[in-house]
Amino acid sequence: MRRAQPKAKSLALGALLAVAFLVVPFIGDDYWFSAILIPLLVLSLVGLGLNLLTGYAGQLSLGSAAFMAAGAFATYNFELRVPGLPLLVSVALGGVVAALIGVAFGLPSLRIKGFYLIVSTLAAQFFIQWALTKFGWFSNDNPSGVISAPPLVILGQDLSSPVGRYLLTLTIVSFLTWVAWNLVRSPTGRSWMAIRDMDTAAAVIGIPIFRSKLLAFAISSFYCGVAGSLWAFAYLGTVEPHGLDLNRSFQVLFIVIIGGIGSIAGSFLGAIFIVLLPIALDHVARAFLVGIVDPSNTENLQKIAMGSLILWFLVKEPEGLVRLIEVGFEKVRQRWSRRLLPVASD
Amino acid sequence: MQFFIEVLVGGLLAGIMYSLVAIGFVLIYKASGVFNFAQGSMVLFSALTYVGVLELGVPAWEALTIALGVMVILAFIIERTVLRPLVNRSPLTLFLATLGVSFVLEGVAQIVWGAQVHGLDLGISDEPIDLSGVFISKFDVFAASVAAGLVLVLGVLFNRTRLGTALRAVADDPLAALSVGISLPKIWVVVWSVAGFVGLVAGLLWGARLGVQFSLSLIVLKALPVLIIGGFSSIPGTLVGGLIVGASEKLAEVYIGSLVNGGIEVWFSYVVALAFLLVRPNGLFGEPNVERV
Repeated sequence: MRRAQPKAKSLALGALLAVAFLVVPFIGDDYWFSAILIPLLVLSLVGLGLNLLTGYAGQLSLGSAAFMAAGAFATYNFELRVPGLPLLVSVALGGVVAALIGVAFGLPSLRIKGFYLIVSTLAAQFFIQWALTKFGWFSNDNPSGVISAPPLVILGQDLSSPVGRYLLTLTIVSFLTWVAWNLVRSPTGRSWMAIRDMDTAAAVIGIPIFRSKLLAFAISSFYCGVAGSLWAFAYLGTVEPHGLDLNRSFQVLFIVIIGGIGSIAGSFLGAIFIVLLPIALDHVARAFLVGIVDPSNTENLQKIAMGSLILWFLVKEPEGLVRLIEVGFEKVRQRWSRRLLPVASD
Repeated sequence: MQFFIEVLVGGLLAGIMYSLVAIGFVLIYKASGVFNFAQGSMVLFSALTYVGVLELGVPAWEALTIALGVMVILAFIIERTVLRPLVNRSPLTLFLATLGVSFVLEGVAQIVWGAQVHGLDLGISDEPIDLSGVFISKFDVFAASVAAGLVLVLGVLFNRTRLGTALRAVADDPLAALSVGISLPKIWVVVWSVAGFVGLVAGLLWGARLGVQFSLSLIVLKALPVLIIGGFSSIPGTLVGGLIVGASEKLAEVYIGSLVNGGIEVWFSYVVALAFLLVRPNGLFGEPNVERV
């Protein structure tokens, strides 16, 4: 199976980035920035984090949202308790704290394999949420456990407007995506894939299982932590532990499955799908199902749609949206080249 | 001391209620290697169906039969639409598929029967009985004996019948089982039906306790540590795991929880499960897997 040409791919990517950085800030309105683009980018980043761990290193995790919460609260506390710390530094430090916690909960992966491992990440999910709610220190003794975001100022520039928050998120997400793209092509990434495909065999050929697995947990949790900070500060302007519960972790897992497991572009496609699907379903329900379906059932209908789509993807296209698009692109390309070069195709 | 024993016994009995959910899970894991996250939704779905039919004015026994019939039909549908197309896929894919199934089940159950809490009275009172100074709920004792009976019946089914032999053959080596003429799809339907039945029993007992409502599907999260401790492939293991989780969780909540603002029940069982796993990576009764390169 031929894949799309690398040159065409990087051209398309460059064009996409140019549009995202140079065109979208001028044509988008506040609703698009605040309600669609920012959550889309943040969820892509979490999806990317989980994809590194599950798609590349083969370690299943149901604790992505907990690591997001850890990152968000850590960033908040750095901002609160260390005066004068630049925002980007505290976001990065939030990611580092999430990474350390990720390593702690990743430690059992050295002994436990496969599905037994989800106990460890589920423990992280429940424990972190519990700790953040029960101990007032984390939320500066705010009685509701909800924290509000510090002002978003970088190098004297106020980024509190929707466009500013969008550009901040876009810059961080693009940078971390570039890092991830290089990472999975590095020796580290190749060790991860070897472990994913068969860890006994990977150990036999001398891949350091111990180090690679923990590194996967650390880097994945770092991504989740940074995404959590962005979720709190750039998207919601506030964060509460309950918004980052097990359901969010499942949502991130779905992003990875639907987008394409073991694919960086897939994380973005999955996030687009997950963010737009509820909006689309809502419109459909309003346009066609008024009077037929009780409005209170919209949520249940969304659940059924989501569940069926997951099943459909798993059965029909296990490699996710990214593969569907590649196949579609390839078909178009073949048709075009046949039309343009009738002699060459003989 | 008396207080300690009361907490302990209460915990042990609550733990058996967890095992009930875990049993259905083990059945499916044993026979098809599927890590069935939808077991919790099956508990919700079956209990809602029973209560819903009951509220239409159908007598209890007929409602039970109808609910059971629905679970069998469900097993057929799942076999056709999920298991058969996904045969030979990775365990991760199958696990994710059961997540999809659980979403669909929860959505359908709540659209059909409504999201409100349905009361359920099984006719067994929740009054405490006095056992030489220690008070134990009558309902808990009933639930525990149902669970024990279920484990016994399933034990006989698995070890003493032709069907059981076939089930174990499929679990042991699906290809070899196929080659001696065991029909894989048939076995899957049977196993998912039995798991549906176990889910119904669990749903009725839990529903009588908490009311039949959405939170029933979250029991799967309580059953997970039980499974992990007992091992994915052992039915008696779920009982032992349930007892350990139930007892340690209640004791920890009472004696440690008060030191750290309480509410540690949500994660304590997971830590216990992790501790067990670090010593025995396949649970207490799970079969160790031998890896070949």
